[in-house]
Amino acid sequence: MADSKSSLDLTLNVWRQTGPDAPGRFETYAAKAIPETASFLEMMDIVNEDIIAKGGEPVAFDHDCREGICGMCSMVINGMPHGPKRGVTTCQLHMRSFRSGDTIWIEPFRATAFPIVRDLAVDRSAFDRIQQAGGYITVRTGSAPEANSVPVPKPDADASFMAAACIGCGACVAACKNASAMLFVAAKVAHFNHLPQGRPEADSRALGMVRAMDEQGFGNCTNQYECEAVCPKTIDAEYIRQLNRDYRNAAAKEVVGI
Amino acid sequence: MPPLVQYLIRFYQSSIGKKIIVALTGAALMGFLVAHLLGNLLIFSGPEAINGYAKKLHDLGPLLYVARAGLLLFVVLHIVCTIQLVKINRAARPQKYAVDTVRQATKSSRIMIWSGLTILAFVVYHLAHFTWALGNQYHDPGMARYWVEPGVHNVYNMVIDGFSVWYVSAFYIIAMFLLCSHLNHGFSSIFQTLGLATPRTRQPIDLAGKLFAWGLFLGNISIPLSILFGIKS
Ligand code: FES
Repeated sequence: MADSKSSLDLTLNVWRQTGPDAPGRFETYAAKAIPETASFLEMMDIVNEDIIAKGGEPVAFDHDCREGICGMCSMVINGMPHGPKRGVTTCQLHMRSFRSGDTIWIEPFRATAFPIVRDLAVDRSAFDRIQQAGGYITVRTGSAPEANSVPVPKPDADASFMAAACIGCGACVAACKNASAMLFVAAKVAHFNHLPQGRPEADSRALGMVRAMDEQGFGNCTNQYECEAVCPKTIDAEYIRQLNRDYRNAAAKEVVGI
Repeated sequence: MPPLVQYLIRFYQSSIGKKIIVALTGAALMGFLVAHLLGNLLIFSGPEAINGYAKKLHDLGPLLYVARAGLLLFVVLHIVCTIQLVKINRAARPQKYAVDTVRQATKSSRIMIWSGLTILAFVVYHLAHFTWALGNQYHDPGMARYWVEPGVHNVYNMVIDGFSVWYVSAFYIIAMFLLCSHLNHGFSSIFQTLGLATPRTRQPIDLAGKLFAWGLFLGNISIPLSILFGIKS
């Protein structure tokens, strides 16, 4: 149990919205005696228990693994997707990052492509539709192939691995002034385009995923890199440059027909 | 429709396609700005230098109109694409955040559309002022001061008289400041959007963009300032 020294009293302004088309508004809640060792989501659990005890509807929010790997948690905390700490998801953010007496504004990710389901939970299936347009490779199925039969140069493996760290949480979209999904798409394209297994479909992947992205209602990148600053996996905007290059080459080849 | 045209349209319709067009036309317009500045700086070599340069440009005849048509096309493409992109951006986030934070976006990157539209207003004014001579007597054949010989403008006197009016110079300097803010973000953006900047070259490119923007700003405003303060008359 937390003693009084290591617990916080907070004021929360939380976005409440009963459904996708319902009007939303902020509600204010007092979060009392929150242990500083609690994660942000645990703090929300405590507040929800209090709301339920008083006969109210708990605040809906997405979560799953609570260990920073699934990408389900979201929330914009004081204007920052996943809160104030770099390279951290909301579920891994701890209350010791706040001070007793703080007022915290909690909002859902806001983007046309991520419609609000309820309160802080948004529908991120637009990302799945982008993935379906090229986030795969074509391989012979059957028995598992010999692991080292395709040599992968170390720099390529590293570049691919850093892109593959993307957990698809959508914080990049939430942070971008234009709600652009470029960092997500760039990471998903680079993940495969850096590997020999991904090369055969490199062009169709870049074209397909960018077009799917355009269809979902995301905005356009204006090279401000707010996305990389909030990415819980610190994925570099350099991948956006690579996506621009891959798309440029693929589109040029498509136009002239080679 | 021939497939070539179909795929070109498809390229244009994509987000990155439009951005590439904005980047390429932006780069071409930057080239024009440099040439324009270098020509204008001839004013510091005296009336003969700049008037001779203006006459040479004028003597290009049809070629001059080809160049003008090209410039106009670049300007139109640059603006039409950006306005389409901005409309998509606005629609992508209709509901703003209650708490708006900026993490690392530069000031110049956040006012691109406003700096751009101010530049457009300035360009229209600038053309009305010097090219179409609206509201002044630069094209009046009776004004000997504005002619070197019949049909050949005395650009030197036009510039001196134009910038001697303080508010003309003031608008010019403000517009140049916004232009250079626009170029500051535009320069590095060209390299990012065309996929040319690399982690190793990103910093030098950013620095080059800053130097380019400030250089253009200082070069351009040196003319009205030296006229206002009576260094050139
Ligand atoms: S709940 Fe899985 S990453 Fe936060």
